[in-house]
Amino acid sequence: MRKGQYRFVAGFLFAPVAIYVTFVIWPYIQTFGYSLTDWKGQSQTFNFVGLDNYTALFQDDVFMGAIWHNILFLIFIPVSTILIALFFAFMLNAGGRSRSGGVSGVAGSKYYRVVYFFPQVLSLAIMAVLFGAVYRSDGGGMLNGLLIKLGLVSETSPVEWLNEPNIVLWALLVVVVWHGVGFYLVLFSAAMQSIPRDIYEAALIDGAGRAQSFFRITLPLLWDSVQTAWVYLGIAAMDMFILVSTMTSGDFGGGPDHHSEVMATVMMRNFQLYGRSGYACAMGVVMLVLTLIVSVFTLRATRRERIEF
Amino acid sequence: MSAPLKETPAASGTVPAQSSVRKNPVRPGDQRSEGVVLNVFSHGFLALWALLIVLPLLWLVLSSFKTDAQIGGSAFGWPQNWSLDVFSRAWEKGIGDYFLNTVIVLVFSVPLTMLFGSMAAYVLARYEFWGNRFLYFFFVAGAMFPVFLALVPLFFMVRRLDMLNTYQGLILVYVAYSMPFTVFFMHSFFRTLPTAVFEAAILDGASHSRTFFQVMLPMAKPGLLSVGIFNTLGQWNQFILPTVLMQPQSGDDPERYVLTQGLIQLQQQQGYASDLPVLFAGVTIAMIPMLIVYLSFQRQVQAGLTSATLK
Repeated sequence: MRKGQYRFVAGFLFAPVAIYVTFVIWPYIQTFGYSLTDWKGQSQTFNFVGLDNYTALFQDDVFMGAIWHNILFLIFIPVSTILIALFFAFMLNAGGRSRSGGVSGVAGSKYYRVVYFFPQVLSLAIMAVLFGAVYRSDGGGMLNGLLIKLGLVSETSPVEWLNEPNIVLWALLVVVVWHGVGFYLVLFSAAMQSIPRDIYEAALIDGAGRAQSFFRITLPLLWDSVQTAWVYLGIAAMDMFILVSTMTSGDFGGGPDHHSEVMATVMMRNFQLYGRSGYACAMGVVMLVLTLIVSVFTLRATRRERIEF
Repeated sequence: MSAPLKETPAASGTVPAQSSVRKNPVRPGDQRSEGVVLNVFSHGFLALWALLIVLPLLWLVLSSFKTDAQIGGSAFGWPQNWSLDVFSRAWEKGIGDYFLNTVIVLVFSVPLTMLFGSMAAYVLARYEFWGNRFLYFFFVAGAMFPVFLALVPLFFMVRRLDMLNTYQGLILVYVAYSMPFTVFFMHSFFRTLPTAVFEAAILDGASHSRTFFQVMLPMAKPGLLSVGIFNTLGQWNQFILPTVLMQPQSGDDPERYVLTQGLIQLQQQQGYASDLPVLFAGVTIAMIPMLIVYLSFQRQVQAGLTSATLK
């Protein structure tokens, strides 16, 4: 390699690497170090306390509850989003009137796709305001208003969607699913369209019905996308910070009485409200470990032989 | 938003025509009736979900034309206060500033992200040198870690640089956190570009950086567009980073909230001030640019976001 080339390579890499190391890599590394200290953030001095933060963490009922809620989200967000998205993607791509015996998409599928995808471009902050209004705890909320109109809920005691310990998590789950279905639907339907039509036609000649062709052909050929979707939704379920912190009661959310707490909200409260930086760092490390476990586990558990077509 | 719900006459017209021309050779009656039932069934469900998407959004927009008492009263009263006054009130209550702040940050952060991201990706994809693989994984690995892992030290790092609650601080942080994905995507894109053009440019005496800016970068336009849309949406909707980094640091430090942060702020204020129409008007204002961008680049947005995931 010529000398000028080295200079060029180094010159091009310098700024990107410098910014990336300063704001991403170095803080990542520091977190591990700080998680072993009793650093309060404001003071410059701190002591090495070993694994004390971690042992404290596992006795912290609020944080353990938060982990449990994240696990619930981890199970139900991917399952419901993927099922609904798969259902609609199949409807869009194969639910049409059969022409010449083949499988076809419904009329106007393009327009459905445009509408379904739209929530995805809106920020979660907008979701929080929108669903805050939908879930209002009096007749002015969309959901309560509707239920009162239908006579399912009495006007005097509407459901407090975000203040009912047993409901709040599910109310939040609905927001995530509502927001995410369109995205995964588009993802799946792009994958479905890349499946060659002759496979379907061959199955049809062999006498396969629609249900059979879905489970025997579409789903196996879509498996890669489903797997990707699962990992992404899993990562989203480990986060949940925006919705919980803005829609539920309490500083950084988590209410009522910690029933909707997730790891991120506990961490942010400890960091910004209580100033317990070292402790918050330990929570960050736990979040990382759990996220990595989830990704690896999902990839392992859903591994199938890859089908080339 | 109601137009897309209607079936186009053209599309629905062609379907029966085709099926009547080409008769189904195998079990004609059976197949067709199954198809029709399924078609009605799927249209029913699809339309239902479309309504579930559109109605809440429409309801929120309409609510900005209601009075506060009306909002608290019944969810389905028809708005009575048809004046655009509420929007200018929302704009003055801060939405205007939040909007401007977001635009200022993104005007710098998105082009910088694209520039630095493709520079690094290009060098890593096209030149062999010691440590190339390592550097590539080093960049890409950042995408694996949750941002919460870095949050605490990041805050103190930015504070030490004296950049808390400044535009430049947030811009640099946005650029840094968009790096893994941008490098990853552009790296695979530069790999697919033909080598011949590159060699021709070098043979003609173009310098390496000139080859990059005048030959390779223009060729990478489709990739740049996808990643650009992805980064714009991602940075526009970012919430956690500005929440930590863009808080006024002292009494006379002005608020420089970005839009997402500002909306939440407004939500908390208006809850007490009982001026909910202003909040809903604010959300409507925040949705409009997204709606416009989405409808005009609909295909690219969908392709950009989904292909990004699949890589």
